[in-house]
Parts: sequence; structure tokens; C-alpha cells
Amino acid sequence: MTEVIKMERITKVYQMGEVKVHALRGVDLSVRKGEFVSIMGPSGSGKSTLMNLIGCLDTPTSGEYFLEGENVNTLSNKELADIRNKKIGFVFQNYNLLPRTTALENVELPLIYDRTGRIKNPRKAAKEALERVGLADRMHHVPNQLSGGEQQRVAIARAIVNNPAIILADEPTGNLDSVSSLDIMSVFQALNREGITIILVTHEKDIALYTKRIVRIRDGKIVKEINVNEPRDAIKDLEELKKGLALEEEIEMQEEELL
Amino acid sequence: MRFFSNLLKSSWRSIQRNKTRSLLTSLGIIIGVSAVIIMVAIGQGAQRSIEEQIASLGTNMIIVFPGVATTGSVRMGGGTYVRFTEDDVKKLKEEATLVNGISAIVRTSGQIIGGGSNWFTSVLGVSPDYIEIREWPVEEGEFFSERDVVSKAKVAVLGKTVADELFPDGNAVGERIRIRNLPFKVIGVLSEKGQDSRGFDQDDLVLVPYTTALYRLKGGRYIDTIILSAISQDQIDAAQEEIRAILRESHRLQDWQEDDFRIRTQTEIIERATETSKVLTLLLASIAAVSLIVGGIGIMNIMLVSVTERTREIGIRMSVGARSSDILIQFLSEAIVLSLIGGIIGILISFLAVFLMNRFTSLTPIINPGIVLISFLFAAAVGVFFGFYPARKAANLNPIEALRYE
Repeated sequence: MTEVIKMERITKVYQMGEVKVHALRGVDLSVRKGEFVSIMGPSGSGKSTLMNLIGCLDTPTSGEYFLEGENVNTLSNKELADIRNKKIGFVFQNYNLLPRTTALENVELPLIYDRTGRIKNPRKAAKEALERVGLADRMHHVPNQLSGGEQQRVAIARAIVNNPAIILADEPTGNLDSVSSLDIMSVFQALNREGITIILVTHEKDIALYTKRIVRIRDGKIVKEINVNEPRDAIKDLEELKKGLALEEEIEMQEEELL
Repeated sequence: MRFFSNLLKSSWRSIQRNKTRSLLTSLGIIIGVSAVIIMVAIGQGAQRSIEEQIASLGTNMIIVFPGVATTGSVRMGGGTYVRFTEDDVKKLKEEATLVNGISAIVRTSGQIIGGGSNWFTSVLGVSPDYIEIREWPVEEGEFFSERDVVSKAKVAVLGKTVADELFPDGNAVGERIRIRNLPFKVIGVLSEKGQDSRGFDQDDLVLVPYTTALYRLKGGRYIDTIILSAISQDQIDAAQEEIRAILRESHRLQDWQEDDFRIRTQTEIIERATETSKVLTLLLASIAAVSLIVGGIGIMNIMLVSVTERTREIGIRMSVGARSSDILIQFLSEAIVLSLIGGIIGILISFLAVFLMNRFTSLTPIINPGIVLISFLFAAAVGVFFGFYPARKAANLNPIEALRYE
């Protein structure tokens, strides 16, 4: 399988006044096409910095980063913007939808900045993306009229509308209750089954159990990589949760076993 | 093209999202643009009406006033007016080739008695050419002839006001009147001329042959003013030079001596009279233009607030692939659209105001299409200028920080 992301000895140093903060101290990471990876770590571990680097919002201090074989750590801000537009779909903890703007228009947003002309009909593409996340009937609603879970689905639709190489989700379930969280995870799993590569940052262990690989990061270094042999199925768990079955014990056991 | 229409669409949408604020922001531009257009319209209207009034004196008219005598380099001041004699008038009549008509003017005034009433008015001694030079036809009866001038005939032509005062029932022609107790025969009545540029009633006068005024009424030998008409409008300057040469010769002035008379043409008089209103128009327009700039500062202010308020939005747009230049163009185009909308509303308001003023007030403002265009373009320029700083601030935001902004 081809590598979508290949990072070698990545470091990132922030200059905070007179103090240098080493956010990343030599990270090697590779993600192959079709993977579903979660990055876990306590706050201050450098996972947000890593996320920003993977998402081409920032460039590393040293090291090499190849995105679909293209070396992106030497690119200008303008080129980074174009890469983000072409290859990356973001999903944020607080949804980050434009207020007072319909779901459809929110999903269309990345296509406004598309300069390649690869998507001929933006409106149609946006509608299809919303259908894929199961929101066909909410297209003309503005964020205020949508539940948290629905807003996050709109955000996912926005992330997939430009056929990106990867979806980067930064704590996508952080603001959601457990039912909505599972619901969102089921959307991600469905998209992953269609072949989309997903990287998810979370600090919730139970959420990580729905991904195929867990990368643990601490003090700017990757400390552990765990392959999840049998990821939990979000749809099944959702049904059981709705029936009122206690999953906690089962999940806790699995966590202990893995982590 | 799609990029451009998207840009306009998204600018328009974000303006619509804040209708009240957008309107208030544009208000500065609205007031500025309409003020500039209205001020200039009023100024030019005033100018036009002054020009029209002065043109009513006769368009090709040249007036020669007596000036100050100069003895050596000693200028003798206002009391030493050199006045014109009959010889000057004759010489001009014989030698000037570029003038059609020439009339001496002798000013006096007196109590006029006639038709069982009396009236104090000015009496003007003039030549038969006078009515042609002034483009002032006789309404009833006839004007006096050269023979009346030679014979110092006691005939009079009444201005409309005088005729109406003395003979309210009409039929003034043929009646007898007394001017300073001297009997005159009324041979004609002038048509109505109206007020002059200073508001004086031009019809309140009596015309008599200048010789009659000179020898029978005034008892002097000096002519106050000479008026002439050039053969055509474009010959006015040449005619003026010719008159100067003839009068200098007639007054035996040496080369080193200054003119002892002054020549004024109608164009000069119009220019002088409209100069004030031009300066005033410019002043009003520049004050109005200042309000346009103040309006621009208002736009900058709101755009800066808007950039801060929409920091998150800017972060979102950048994360999905907007370049800095896209953000710059977006905010710049919002500022421009705001000021153009302000400009358009301002133009509409000024048109309405000018229409209402023409309809309901004595002002006659004239809309100048050039000024409309200029103030519109100026409004757009204000948008670009004052929109640039906030737009650049938005474009230079760091996407990571913008996304985290609360």
C-alpha cells in the first residue's frame, strides 16, 4: 500500500520570548492509504503541533514531510494553502462552521478556493457530500438549527467534498455526548470503509478503540504504536447503547488489554 | 470568472448578514456623495442664473467707462475722472470698423409728471443704437432717430415700470409728460426687461436723446459712459483693442501714459460675477469631500471590527485552502461594495433632493454628470484606500491562531 503521509525526524521549536519550547523532538510517522489512525496523548504532548504540521497549517523546524510523495516542508504559505485545499479535509472539535450560512454553502466553501477546476459542479458535489454523511434533508438549515452531531456531520461533509488525501479530525467528539460521539464515529468508519484515510486526534481512550491504529505521543515523541486488531463497530455499539446496555465494562477491559 | 462572481456573492452575503450595520457604515459615504453632488448642483445653478441675467444686458456689449487722469506718474484719484465728449463718440462712430452700434450714455434723474401722476426715476440720455446694443426692443410706438439727437428733440421713451406708474390704463404713446418741468412727448414704451443681477428694476427709467439730456436737462458737456456692440461675439477682443486705440488717439495720450478710461466686455463682467459663486461652489464641494473621507474612516473602523469579529471565519477559510490573497480580496471587496452601495444611494438621494429643490424652492440646482461620476469613483477609491488596512490585517492572520480565537 502506498504511503499517504511519511514524516522523518520531524522537530518543531517555538520561540516563546527567550524560552525555546520543543513541541516535537523527532517524530517518525507514516500513514498508508486507507488507514484509520488515532493519535493520543495528554495535553502538552505535542499532538496539536503534529496535527497542524500534518494539516499543512504550519511547517516543521527540521525533518522531512512527504504528503502523497510531495515534499511539503519547503512550501510557501500560498502553496500550503493550495495543498490544504487539494489534499486535506479538517474536522474540528467545535465544528467551525460559518454561522448564518446554510449547511450546503458551508460544504461548498472549500470549492470556492479550488483553482484546479477538478470539480465541475460545486453545488452538486456539496449535495453529494451531504448525502454521504446522511444529511440530505438538512441542506438548507443554518448551524443554529442543527444539533451538535448534525453540525459535526456538516463539517465532515465539508472535509470530504474536495476528495482529499486525508481527513484530519481534531477531537471531533470532544463536544458531543456519547450517543452523538458514536454516531460521528460510525460516519468516520463508513467513510474509511470507502477507502478514505483518516487521522483522528483524541484523548478519549474509548474513541480510539474505533480506529485501526493508535499512536501514543508524549513530550514531543511517539512512545507507542498499537495496532487494533478488532476495532469496535460504532453502529453496533450505538444500537446497544440505545437499548440501554452497559458497554463500559467491556470497553474498559479492551482498553486495559491494549493500552 | 466564477471566482469573481463568488467573490461578489460572498461580499454581498456578509453585508446582508449585518444589514443595519452595513447601512450605518455606508451612511458616511451616502452623505458625502450626496452632499458633493447637491452642493455643486446648487453652485452651478446659481452661476447659470447669474450668467443669464448678465447676458440679458446684451451679449456683444462693450462698455467704456471714464478712468483716472494721469499726469506724469501722479495718479490723480477718483475726483479727476476724465469724461467723454461728443467728439469721442463721433470719432468712434467714424473710425471703428468692428462695432455695429454705438451709444453715448448721459445719466441723470428727475421727477416725471404725467397722466395725472408723478414718479421719480432715472433719466438716461442715449443714442438711437441703444436699444439694439442692449437687445431691448420697443414694445409700443417707436424709438427716437438720429435727427432727434441732432435737434435735441424733447421726446422720451418710457421703461415699462414708468409707463405703468404714470399711465396705468396703457396708451402712454403720444401723451405729454414733464421731466424736470420740461415738456416731453412720449413716442414709445420699452418691452419689459426685469431685474438685473443686483436686483435693480431695469424697467424703471426714461430714455431721451443724449443731446437733449446733456444740453437741456443736465447742462454739461460730458458723456458718462459709452456702450458699443461688437459685430460678433468672437470679435469682442479685437473690437476692444480698436476702441482703445481710437480713444487714446482722441485723448492724445502718449505711449508712456496709461489709459484714462476703462473698457469692460460682457464676458469679463460674467466672469467677475460668477467668480464668487465658483469659489463658493468649490468651498462647499471640498467641505462635502471631507465628509466623504470621514465616511471612509467609518468604513475602515467597521471593517477592523469585522476582521476581529470574524477571526474564526478567516481561520476556517484558510484551513480549507484560502490563500492570504483570497482573504485580502474578500475583505477589500466588502469594503468596496459597501462604499459603492453608499455611492449609489448617495447619488439617488442627491437626484431626489435636486428634483425637490427645483420643484419647491427658488433654487435652480443643475446636476453635473461629471461630478456624479467623479464622486462615485471617489467613493470607490475611499473603499479601496480605507479597506486595504483592515483587509491586510485579516490576510496576515496566522490560520492556527485564527482557528483557536474565541
